[in-house]
Amino acid sequence: MSETATIAATAEPKNYLTNRHTIQSWLFTVDHKRIAILYLISLTVFFLLGGAAAALFRLDLMTPQADLLQSETYNKLFTMHGIVMIFFFLVPSIPAVMGNFLVPVMIGAKDVAFPRLNLLSWYVFMAGGLIALGAIISGGVDTGWTFYTPYSSMYANSHVILAVAGAFIAGFSSIMTALNFIVTIQKMRAPGLTWFRLPLFIWAMYATSLVVILGTPVVAITLVMIFIERFFQFGLFDPALGGDPVLFQHLFWFYSHPAVYIMILPSMGVISEIVSCFSRRRLYGYTFVAFSSLAIAVIGFFVWGHHMFVSSQSAYAGLIFSFLTFFVAIPTAIKILNWIMTMYKGSISFDTPMLYAYGFLGLFTIGGLTGLFLSTMATDIHLHDTYFVVAHFHYVMVGGGVMGFLGALHFWWPKMTGRMYPEGWAKFAAIVIFIGFNLTFFPQFQLGYHGMPRRYHTYAEEFQILHVMSTAGASVLGAGYLIMAAYLGWSLFKGKRASANPWDARGLEWETTSPPPTENFLSTPTVTQEAYAYDKPSVTHVPPEEKRV
Amino acid sequence: MSEHHVMPIRVYLTIIAILMALTVATVWVAFLDFGYLNTVIAVGIAVIKALLVVMYFMHLKYAAPITRLFAGAGAVFFVILIAITLSDYRSRDWFPFPEPWEQAHEAPASH
Amino acid sequence: MSSHAHAHVAHHFESAEQQRQSAQLGMWIFLVTEVMFFGGLFAAYVVYRSLYPEAWVVGSHLLSIGLGGFNTAVLLASSLTMALAVHAAQTDKRNATAMWIVLTMVLGFVFLGVKVVEYAGKFEHHLVPGAHFHVDPMAELAKLEAAGVHVGQHLRHAFETANPSHVQLFYSLYFAMTGMHAVHMIIGAGLMIWLLANTLKGRYSSAYYNPVEVTGLYWHFVDIVWIFLFPMLYLIGRH
Ligand SMILES: [Cu+2]
Repeated sequence: MSETATIAATAEPKNYLTNRHTIQSWLFTVDHKRIAILYLISLTVFFLLGGAAAALFRLDLMTPQADLLQSETYNKLFTMHGIVMIFFFLVPSIPAVMGNFLVPVMIGAKDVAFPRLNLLSWYVFMAGGLIALGAIISGGVDTGWTFYTPYSSMYANSHVILAVAGAFIAGFSSIMTALNFIVTIQKMRAPGLTWFRLPLFIWAMYATSLVVILGTPVVAITLVMIFIERFFQFGLFDPALGGDPVLFQHLFWFYSHPAVYIMILPSMGVISEIVSCFSRRRLYGYTFVAFSSLAIAVIGFFVWGHHMFVSSQSAYAGLIFSFLTFFVAIPTAIKILNWIMTMYKGSISFDTPMLYAYGFLGLFTIGGLTGLFLSTMATDIHLHDTYFVVAHFHYVMVGGGVMGFLGALHFWWPKMTGRMYPEGWAKFAAIVIFIGFNLTFFPQFQLGYHGMPRRYHTYAEEFQILHVMSTAGASVLGAGYLIMAAYLGWSLFKGKRASANPWDARGLEWETTSPPPTENFLSTPTVTQEAYAYDKPSVTHVPPEEKRV
Repeated sequence: MSEHHVMPIRVYLTIIAILMALTVATVWVAFLDFGYLNTVIAVGIAVIKALLVVMYFMHLKYAAPITRLFAGAGAVFFVILIAITLSDYRSRDWFPFPEPWEQAHEAPASH
Repeated sequence: MSSHAHAHVAHHFESAEQQRQSAQLGMWIFLVTEVMFFGGLFAAYVVYRSLYPEAWVVGSHLLSIGLGGFNTAVLLASSLTMALAVHAAQTDKRNATAMWIVLTMVLGFVFLGVKVVEYAGKFEHHLVPGAHFHVDPMAELAKLEAAGVHVGQHLRHAFETANPSHVQLFYSLYFAMTGMHAVHMIIGAGLMIWLLANTLKGRYSSAYYNPVEVTGLYWHFVDIVWIFLFPMLYLIGRH
């Protein structure tokens, strides 16, 4: 990163990347934009690790019997994949990278409200990540990312305590980020930036932060309770004492269902930005989209029991949880409807971010609708703990969450790095990723429907053809990610210089230079119009001599 | 709005006196038998004490509306977590689980 | 005055008032996370108590109301001294601020000291969950009667039917909840030391006392947790 900075420094006026070059200026930075870059680098590493684990067990699943891995290793690999991808990639992804970079810029502030807390959150995140990696290196964990009791608390012989500690600590980093965002959005908006002039990405970050604030502490104490039971031998969920392992599931899913919205709401915010920009229209139904984010955040806390239909949860509780789960579909559908209405009669261009937005719309819709099969108690009994569930949440979390992240990465890449990526390669990679993803996970719906249980190392022979398709798809998907990594890396050094507003988009972040100066704006901007004013010319605060096209 | 609000010391002293009195009251009440109401009274007194601390010692009474909203949200979601979890346990025996197959259809003697 | 205030305004804030409101809101949001954090333990408590009320009666009878009540008074008093520390900072009384902070910290340590005595007693009486846990509800009932306590019908029934394993569950929760509370007290005491150092260095005045104020919020919150723990653990089912 610092080499890039050096090259840029020779010709450029100072920006946040070039104003200092030492390692310390990165490791002790309180600049939200640099912290975003730190997160981006660390998350990329975790994504690679989680992906490598998936690649290994996907390869093993090519054949019905165990060839490549021992069953224990297999269990540890899927656990590692889950823990790393959820706690160390998806949950922080858009908030910690894009949110950190964009929230202050989009609201015209110089920084987040608590810059040192922001830096601390990265260190805490890294500490959590390293401890979790320590658990993996010292022998692994085999409980699954859900840490279900009593296996995790009493019987598992793997390094549960370390893994739990890692996830616990990482939780604090997301709490710190969320707290920072809420206070920043609440107290630091530029003059004239009223609530209904805010970009919908900001609304989405606010809603996400609420979920983090209310949910994360509950999973934190739940993990502490596993720790207490394992370390001090105080039975808290121990059936021998009359404790109830299902209580763990209640507390775990109180966070972990809303955690899906921690992964998906930010993506929805991103899609709102991208869809309106590449349709050249103001976002249809702004207020509905804004409030649907809050609605999803709140309703998301009332549905957790749909993960427990086949546990000893009461049938009445199941009934109510099932009913409420259908309600979450309403605000989600409102959003999708409004994005489609935004595109209707818009002048659409198919730049890379828009391709990811389309990918999101298709894949997330499939993910969401298959969720209804699972939230219906009768069908869930058949589908519970099968590959159908695996396919469903990958469509939601990868098809929704990761597509949104990649869309955001491409949309704001020029702003973050000051460079354009090669459009042709980017479109190609987007298509490869889309095809690879569907080839990987669509067969899994069928596998699950036919009864293939999740987390099984070996399987009946008739499932093999679908497993081979899935593994083939995973290789295509992996290739797509690698192509992307290659051209993005290349663009850092050789990419065309980006202008302040390469997409002719609206919003404060496009009114400052690419990349922005450390203080974001040379003087505090005043906002006079609504977001998405695509019917009006774009505003710029860039001094004329710095304008380049 | 929330310009440095300095409360007179007299208020703090009144509040602490009430808090101490309520502590004595809650211990005293615990030894009287009101059936299930004992729990309600104990929690009720604790809620009043907590509110006094929150409103006066923590100045929530004079805080910005958004601060009060967050404090309220914390209390509401705390109750949601407990109430919904408990509702599962309370309703578990409302619906009889079907009998095991063997009992419902008497197994053939040969088995 | 205002130039003095400005020295404390970080570069990314427009005004001291904006900074103060941000600090306040930030602390309250943190306290919301704390409420939810303890919420998990409270949920476990409520569920298990609703399943095993008689074990909860036995468990709470083995705790000392005297020590618990004393500690409640100590913590309430420490909340008063904390509030007075903030008051002193607001009114530019530096020595008084320092004194109230010290007193708050001392009361905090008194609380923790009593807690240590209580924990030690539980070790002695085999009330710490695990292999050595042992409780005989009927023997405890006999002890109560020998001590001349009036044992009503409900109470007798609870002691006769309580399952010792469930009493152990009560003690698992007792240690988890009071232990987690004690951890928060220790952190609070650490914060008091930090506040004291900065007060003595003259960092706080009526123009800038955000750290005193928000640390105070934290301290009061820890007090509130105890306000609930005391009746829930010590007083439940005494009648
Ligand atoms: Cu869910």
